[in-house]
Amino acid sequence: MALKIAVLVKQVLDPEMPVAAFRIDAGTKRVVPPPSIPPVVNGFDENAVEAALRIKDAAGAAVTAISMGPSFALDVMKKPLSMGADELVLLQDQAFDNTSDAFFTAQVLASAVRKLGGFDLIICGRQASDWDNAQVPLGVAELLGVACISLGKKVEVQGAKVVVERLIPDGYEVVEASLPALVTVSNELGQPRYPTLRGIMAATRKRPTIWKLSDLGVAKEQLQPRITLHNLFVPQRSKVCEMIEGDDAADAGRKLAMKLREAKLI
Amino acid sequence: MAEAKGVLVLGEIAGAELSSSSLELLAAARKLSASLGEEVAIALLGDTLDVPAKTAISHGADQVYAVNHPQLRQYHPDLFLAALETLCREASPRIILMSRSNQGRELGPRLAFRLGVGLAQDSLEIALDPATKKLMANRPVYGGNAVAVVSCNATPQMAAIRPKAYEPLAADAARQGKITSFPVDLKPEAARSRVVSVVKEEAKGVKLEEARVVVSGGRGLGGPEPFKNLDALAKLLGGAVGASRAAVDSGWIPASHQVGLTGKSITPDLYITVAISGASQHMAGCSGAKVIVAINKDAEANIFKEARYGVVGDWQKVLTGFTEAVRELTQG
Repeated sequence: MALKIAVLVKQVLDPEMPVAAFRIDAGTKRVVPPPSIPPVVNGFDENAVEAALRIKDAAGAAVTAISMGPSFALDVMKKPLSMGADELVLLQDQAFDNTSDAFFTAQVLASAVRKLGGFDLIICGRQASDWDNAQVPLGVAELLGVACISLGKKVEVQGAKVVVERLIPDGYEVVEASLPALVTVSNELGQPRYPTLRGIMAATRKRPTIWKLSDLGVAKEQLQPRITLHNLFVPQRSKVCEMIEGDDAADAGRKLAMKLREAKLI
Repeated sequence: MAEAKGVLVLGEIAGAELSSSSLELLAAARKLSASLGEEVAIALLGDTLDVPAKTAISHGADQVYAVNHPQLRQYHPDLFLAALETLCREASPRIILMSRSNQGRELGPRLAFRLGVGLAQDSLEIALDPATKKLMANRPVYGGNAVAVVSCNATPQMAAIRPKAYEPLAADAARQGKITSFPVDLKPEAARSRVVSVVKEEAKGVKLEEARVVVSGGRGLGGPEPFKNLDALAKLLGGAVGASRAAVDSGWIPASHQVGLTGKSITPDLYITVAISGASQHMAGCSGAKVIVAINKDAEANIFKEARYGVVGDWQKVLTGFTEAVRELTQG
C-alpha cells in the first residue's frame, strides 16, 4: 500500500506585509487583516508540503493537506494541491475561531487525522508566523502517541522508518524513527516548489473535503482552552537613532567608526 | 495529588555545569517565589549532577531534585519527557518554568500536553497577577509585531522563557538548599527515535552567541561574496559574523549563522547590521544587543527604528570607509 502522508497547514496573515498595515483591534484582542492583503499558507508549512512531495517524488506517496480555521481563502489554501498534494481536508467551523490555543487546535487536528484512518507520516511546519507558538505539531504527536522528531531540514522514508536531518545549534544530527511518526520542518529544508500550470489546473478541479466540528466527534471537554488571552498590543519603541552623515557614503562610514570609538564601542 | 505548591524550574546541563539559561530561570523563579511565599525547586536530569546541583543552590534554588539515571546522560526527548512527567506529577508544583532553548523547544509543549495543561510559550516577562496570584506572561507574537499577555487555565501553570530575557542572580556560596535524589524507572523502549550520527558545522573563531561584537548581513548584500568583507571586519573587531534568514535561505551562508526568532539569540555589546531591513523576526534574535548599528540604503527601513546609530547609503561604500577607519583605529 502506498505511503500515506499528512501535512498540517495553516492559513495566516501575510508576514511580509508592511509593518504599517499591522493593526490590532483592542476590543476583540485580534489582529485586523488588511482587506487589500490576501492571507497566505504559513511559510514553514509550505516547507512541510515540499518535504512531503520530495518523498512522493522519490518513493511514491499519497499526500493529504489538512487545515483548520473559521473560514478559508480557498484559492490560497489550494496551494498545496497545486504544488502536487493529492487531497485537501478543510476543518471549517466558526468554533475554530480561536486558533491561538494550542491544546484546542491539536485536539481538532488529531481527531481529523484519526477520522482519516491515520497516516504513516505527518509533516508540519515548525511554527506558524502568526502566534509563533510552535506547540500544535508536538501536541498532535503526543495526542496520537506517535514518534516525534522536530526541526528537520531533510526528511526521507527508508522502508518502515523515517530518517531526518534535525537541526541543532551548530549543525545537524541524523535521527531515525519507526513509522508512524510526526516530523516538524524548518526553512533550512529549502525553497518550496512553485506550482506548475498543470498543477494549478489539477487543483482547480479538485474539491476539498470540508468537515465541521460536529463531523469530528471530539468531546467538548477535550476542547477546553488551556490558555487565556488577556491583552494583545503593539509594543512601543523608544529608541532614537542617531544618523551619521558624511561627504559621501565612504566618509559616512569613516565617521561612524569615529563615533563608535568615541562611545568606546570599538 | 498534593496541593500544588512552589515553582519548579526545569534545569539543563551544558557540559558538566548548569546551563546559563537555567541560571536565568532561577532568577525569574525567585521573583515569583518572593510574591508567593513558596519555594523554588529545580529538576536536574543526568548522571553526574553534584556540580550543577550546587550551582543551582547558589543561584537561587531551595530544593534540587536530582534525577540520576545512566539513560539520562545524553539528552533524548522521549526519555527526558518520561522522567519529567513523573517528577512533575509527584512534586506537584504550582508553576513550571523552562527555557525556550533547543531542549525546551521540544520538551515544553510535549510535557504540557502530557500533563494536559497550557504552556505560555517564548515569554519575555512573567509576573504574578496581584489580585489572582495567577502567572501572567508577556510573549511576542506575529514575529514580534505584537505582544500577547496570557495566563494558563490549568495547574501546573507552565511558561517557557526566551533565553537572555532574564539576568542570572549573582552566585551566593552561603545559600542553603536541599538536594533530593529522585529515582525514576525508565524503559529504554520509551525512546521512539535514535540519533544515528551528528554533523557539526561549527564556525571557526569566536562563537556567535558569545561574541562581544557581531557583524551581520542580510538580503541587501545580494550574494555570498560580501560575507567575506563582513568576516574581515568581524576579525578586526574580534567578533563573529551573523546573517538574516533571507541570506541563509538564499544559500549565501550556513544556517548556523542565522540570527532571529528561528535562529540564534545573541547579546553582543555591539551589533552591526549591513543591508538588513530589520524585520521583527530578525530583531527577535538580537533584542539583547546593547548597541545596534544600521547600514542600509533605505532610510525607511525598520532597522533604523531599532538602531542607536545609522548610516543611510550604499552598504559597499559605507562598509569600505568604515572598515578602513576601524583598521586604522584598532591597529594604529
